[in-house]
Amino acid sequence: MDLYAENILAHYRAPQNKGDLQEASITHTEANHACGDELTVQMNIENGRIAEIAWQGAGCAISQAGMSMLSEEVRGMTLEKAGALGQKDVYDLLGIPVGPRRFKCALLCLHTLKNTLNVYRKIPVQGWLKTVEIDEE
Amino acid sequence: MALDVQAVRRQFSVFAGKDAPLYFDSAATAQTPDAVIEAMDEYYRTYCANVHRGMHALTERATLRYEEARKTVGAFINAKYPREIVFTKNCTESINLVARAWGEQNLQAGDTVLLSPLEHHSNIVPWLQLKERRNIAVEWMEMDDAGRLKMESLKKILGKGKVKLVAITGQSNVLGVRPDLQKIIRMAHDAGARTLVDAAQLIAHHPVDVQALGCDFLAFSGHKLYGPTGIGVLYGKRDLLEEMPPFLGGGMMIHEVKTDRFSPGEPPQKFEAGTPPIAQAIGLAAAIEWMKQFPWKDIETYERSLIQKALTLLGKVEGLTILGPKDADAVSCCISFVADGVHPHDLTDILGQQQIALRGGHHCTQPLHERLNVPATTRLSIGMYNTAEELETLKVEMQKALDLLR
Ligand SMILES: Cc1ncc(COP(=O)(O)O)c(C=O)c1O
Repeated sequence: MDLYAENILAHYRAPQNKGDLQEASITHTEANHACGDELTVQMNIENGRIAEIAWQGAGCAISQAGMSMLSEEVRGMTLEKAGALGQKDVYDLLGIPVGPRRFKCALLCLHTLKNTLNVYRKIPVQGWLKTVEIDEE
Repeated sequence: MALDVQAVRRQFSVFAGKDAPLYFDSAATAQTPDAVIEAMDEYYRTYCANVHRGMHALTERATLRYEEARKTVGAFINAKYPREIVFTKNCTESINLVARAWGEQNLQAGDTVLLSPLEHHSNIVPWLQLKERRNIAVEWMEMDDAGRLKMESLKKILGKGKVKLVAITGQSNVLGVRPDLQKIIRMAHDAGARTLVDAAQLIAHHPVDVQALGCDFLAFSGHKLYGPTGIGVLYGKRDLLEEMPPFLGGGMMIHEVKTDRFSPGEPPQKFEAGTPPIAQAIGLAAAIEWMKQFPWKDIETYERSLIQKALTLLGKVEGLTILGPKDADAVSCCISFVADGVHPHDLTDILGQQQIALRGGHHCTQPLHERLNVPATTRLSIGMYNTAEELETLKVEMQKALDLLR
């Protein structure tokens, strides 16, 4: 299967939820320094749910399409459920096999989402190893 | 006589057959001619043994070949003595050796190491580490947008009287420009500073003569010179190497070891602790011997024609900006560019699926990318085996990839 499948390119060319919220209760930025990709997520949380989400970013098609898809997925989701999303969920959304060269591109959206929620809960941001589910022990 | 590129290509197994890659990443690692592989193969199959250890015939043969390799490398860069050649594992280790051994002995708080914005991380980080440990200053020359270094800035910083070392690349691995080494080395020496040349890129594209340059240290890797990975070279002037303390400790580098002390041996062994990269040294010498069948003039003329062609073709692609000079006489080996709205990793990934190898990213030169104000670039780099037809194919496929992404 092709990394640049039509659904990826469609999201890349016409990203969903890309923009700024009028007013946001949390804003958080993460980057992948190896390639310069960057994502900033803004959210409003109401009644334990992600009521509004918007994002800004720059980078490769995989990282930007991933954020676009994930933002659609989590809008309206409970914090509990959003916090439990893992890398497999993101790969399922993308629907493409992601190899070792590009997994960080694909997972930047998850990393940014997780840490936005961590900041909201006032707990420390997590490192990449945790996001990519590599057990340090 | 013009370079016969088909004759060159026939000497590389990787280019045999119709599925051969279009390899435009020689600035990262060059492909290896069969002669180099065969020389290392012969070592492993017929005289594999350690060097400078033991008396048997195999170790004697291995030692002779290893020391012959040192002579071959020395002659290649016109070092005065073979003992001025230290084998390391790569260019990066060579520079670290100087930073550790020479730097820790000769630099104190307040002394300055002067760099150019063109440097690769391997000629930046060892000096920043020394800054952390010794509180030295790291200063930077200025350059214009085309990658030309501003000599006034060099003069000004040298004039402050604090510079102890000027460490500079011989050829940029991003813009392909070559600083005026002769002039910079002379100015540095006039100001009482030592000089280190990072020749990682220059070494495969232009003859290097350390005596004519007058540099104190020069570093490069085997794998960008059509040789194997796992071997690097440090050239150092004999008296400097003699005065420097050892780098790593272990076997080979000692004169005498007691239970409570040791005394180091003589250079170059002083800097070659442990079993060295024996097969790789033999392979590097084979690469240098292999290159001798092609006169430098032919290589340079041919590679210049490829760069000219690449500049012309890339210049025709819409929404593509070439960084650095657009003049083939000012660019060697590589061209870096940005494509509007397309990330280098997407472009190089798609081209990679067509067996076309280009590199995308910051190429281990983050300060340079910051100076040029671009997060990442796509780099096309050539070796003496690339052809004009390959460049034509690249242009067509690149246009398709860009159309897909835009
Ligand atoms: C200019 C320059 N210096 C140093 C290096 C480091 O070489 P190595 O990774 O073989 O140590 C490179 C390789 O990319 C380079 O291009």
